[in-house]
Amino acid sequence: MGSKIFKKRMGPIEKQGVVQAYTMLVPTVAIVMAIVLFPLLANFWISFKDVTVSDLRTAEIKVSEKFQKKPKEKGDISKIEYRFNNFSKSANIKEVSFKDKIPIGLIIKDLPSNCNLSENIIGCELGNFQPKEKKKLKFETIAEDKYFLNNENPKDSSPIVEGKSENRLLNLDLKIKNFEEIFSSPNFWKTIRISFAYSLFSAIGSLTLGILAAQLLMTTFIGRGIIRGIFLFPYIAPIIAVTITWKILTDPFFGTINGILTELEILNEPISFLQVREMTFSFVGLDFTLPVALSFVILFESWRYFPLAMIFILARLQSVPKELFEAAEIDGATPFQKFRSITWPLILGVLFVLFLLRFIWTFNKFDDIFLLTGGAAGTKTLTVDVYETGFNIGNLGTGAANAVLVFLILVFAAIFIIRFSPKE
Amino acid sequence: MSNIQKIIISVIIGSFWGLISNLILGIFIILLIGTTIQFNYLSFLIVSSISSLIITFYNKKNLQTNVSIFLLTFILILVFTGISPYGLAIDQNSFLQILFLLIQSFIILIGNNICLSGINKMSFNRLFLEIIFIRVLKGFGFTFFLTIVLFPFYVMVLMSLKTHQLLILNPLDLSVDISRGVSMFRSYIELFTDWGFGYYLLNSFIVSLSSIFIALVFAIPGAYAVARFNFPGKLLMINSILLIYLIPMITLLIPLYSFFTFLNLRDSLFGLIIVYPAVTIPVAIYMLQGYFQTIPQELEEAGLVDGLSRTGVILRITLPLSLPALASVSLFIFMVAWNEYLFAYMFLDTPSIFTLPRGLEQLDGTEVPRQHLMAGSVIATVPVIVVFLWAEKYLTGGLTAGGIKG
Repeated sequence: MGSKIFKKRMGPIEKQGVVQAYTMLVPTVAIVMAIVLFPLLANFWISFKDVTVSDLRTAEIKVSEKFQKKPKEKGDISKIEYRFNNFSKSANIKEVSFKDKIPIGLIIKDLPSNCNLSENIIGCELGNFQPKEKKKLKFETIAEDKYFLNNENPKDSSPIVEGKSENRLLNLDLKIKNFEEIFSSPNFWKTIRISFAYSLFSAIGSLTLGILAAQLLMTTFIGRGIIRGIFLFPYIAPIIAVTITWKILTDPFFGTINGILTELEILNEPISFLQVREMTFSFVGLDFTLPVALSFVILFESWRYFPLAMIFILARLQSVPKELFEAAEIDGATPFQKFRSITWPLILGVLFVLFLLRFIWTFNKFDDIFLLTGGAAGTKTLTVDVYETGFNIGNLGTGAANAVLVFLILVFAAIFIIRFSPKE
Repeated sequence: MSNIQKIIISVIIGSFWGLISNLILGIFIILLIGTTIQFNYLSFLIVSSISSLIITFYNKKNLQTNVSIFLLTFILILVFTGISPYGLAIDQNSFLQILFLLIQSFIILIGNNICLSGINKMSFNRLFLEIIFIRVLKGFGFTFFLTIVLFPFYVMVLMSLKTHQLLILNPLDLSVDISRGVSMFRSYIELFTDWGFGYYLLNSFIVSLSSIFIALVFAIPGAYAVARFNFPGKLLMINSILLIYLIPMITLLIPLYSFFTFLNLRDSLFGLIIVYPAVTIPVAIYMLQGYFQTIPQELEEAGLVDGLSRTGVILRITLPLSLPALASVSLFIFMVAWNEYLFAYMFLDTPSIFTLPRGLEQLDGTEVPRQHLMAGSVIATVPVIVVFLWAEKYLTGGLTAGGIKG
């Protein structure tokens, strides 16, 4: 509807409205740009850079000072030594200069050529420092009477070092090394497979539970509001609290679930659900291999997010006039027929949107797996990989490249799903 | 319907409730006394079937009949199991045993009554079978969902009240020993005195409330502009609001971490107070503009005619009328900010500024006994659940409008 209006020429009042609208939008757009869109673009930039976490700290020269042979009487000769060190493993520091205060009464014997002295401040040019380069500066001093009046130690004043270090995040040194590293990693396809299985089955699981729960709460009965509230608990509780609880529940030694299952003799011995990669069991003569930890994480996701699907489906069903169901009932439709020919077509659209969003959001999810398994036992998804490469290994560039991959896969997955969506 | 058919249906339904009530309550008993019990499935199955047969064939339906059936169930179970319904000696935990048996008799009565209501008026056909089947499924469904939802929270609370020795001695024993008095809450007290949970709680409140405030300050003008004005780029803006919401947080992590390190915003609550509003503003705008559009424009025009400025109109007319939407948006932001883990984990290093999720994570990394972890989880969970239940009506609206994220 907006586009129609703009084809007309706007009158002065409408123009005033446009100005007002933009003024109101500027702050909002600015903060979202700064915190969401700009970092997204910056992530693409970082993915082409070879940077590590330590590069984030601005490279600095560390300096230590030594004062040897402290003078005891007039004419004593002492030594002052400065050691400069560029601790950075990657950054050059250019045009380094240095300043320090020399106590009154100490006369410098041979002033090094790159230094000058004004009043009692010594200043030196130290030139450029390569990564990890160390330099020294030494000179001798002679004590005068004045020195013993104050008896200052040269170390009392801390030396000031200044230099220009380039920021490795901002230079134009772009490489595709990070992407090469990701694609050549032996675990790459496995990580992709796990991510897809995790997102797909979690989305299906939470939707299935959501449909069932919505069916339970569709009819009105006493206490329905309370039960609906209780059903939402898994979704609204803090993720950290529920992961800690599930970790303790599934603990093989003290865990309640293992305890109950062994008491009921369903299990012969406790299973560490979150630490076992896979388990083989035979059923009707066939051997099946079940990825235990991955399945458990998927069950957890279904448990945590079914309330959301439930709420959406309930909202859709409650927006339909009750007469529709009543009419079907009068016509003698059985509950299953009602579900198949009324409920299912009604919620199909919502289900599709929910599936798309749940898939995308599970694919994006980091916290849940990170807190449950830490990515161990065959549950390492791409998002966990972003954290591991970026912060555990400390290679920000590769981490960002992984994040780019997450983003691109999502864009393609979303386009693909929308393309093949049922027509509403 | 013939009597044979009625008998078969009644026995099936009776057996179902007998079995499921025994299984679920049995598990609760195990968790309360910490020792294994005997599941007398057969006795419960028979007694429950007797109860369902009486319900089907006894025509007088009133309170008196129901109370009689209830008492009969109770007594019959005692008789069939030799006064040991759960395989425990009757003098052991007698109060608990009787209480659970009463609860179980009640479940059997209600379950059978609901599932069998109207059985005499219906004819035996597909419709009837499906209705009965659905009733049984629903019974199972409620039991199943309530169990999977409440079980972890139940264990969380009960475990937080135990001591280390008791948990080591018998991890299954979660009974609450009221005689321990205040010392039941030792884990909570220690978390607040020795582990700084007071600070974490305070920090979490500071971060959540500031996030709500900032997000609203930014979102209200934006939403108002989208709802009330026409301007070039409006459609693009509305569409991008939703797209922004799909951007993965993990792609923002590395850049934000880098910038905040440069700007010295890392390791400060301020960093979080910028990020949380920024990621929730798009949803807030989306929800608010929808609500603003439902407010009649004539009201605002009247205000303008009376000499109010645009800001005056928003503050005095639009916002007071939008309180439900504002409440729902605020609760949504509160939930996001209170529960957020990833950025809190990456951005905070100094314990005195930890939020609850970050503090709890820290606690999880140390060799701290389980009851402390559970107490910490309770402390983190209770505020958000209380806020939620207090304003459930608004929040469910908020969840459907924007709560896809998470």
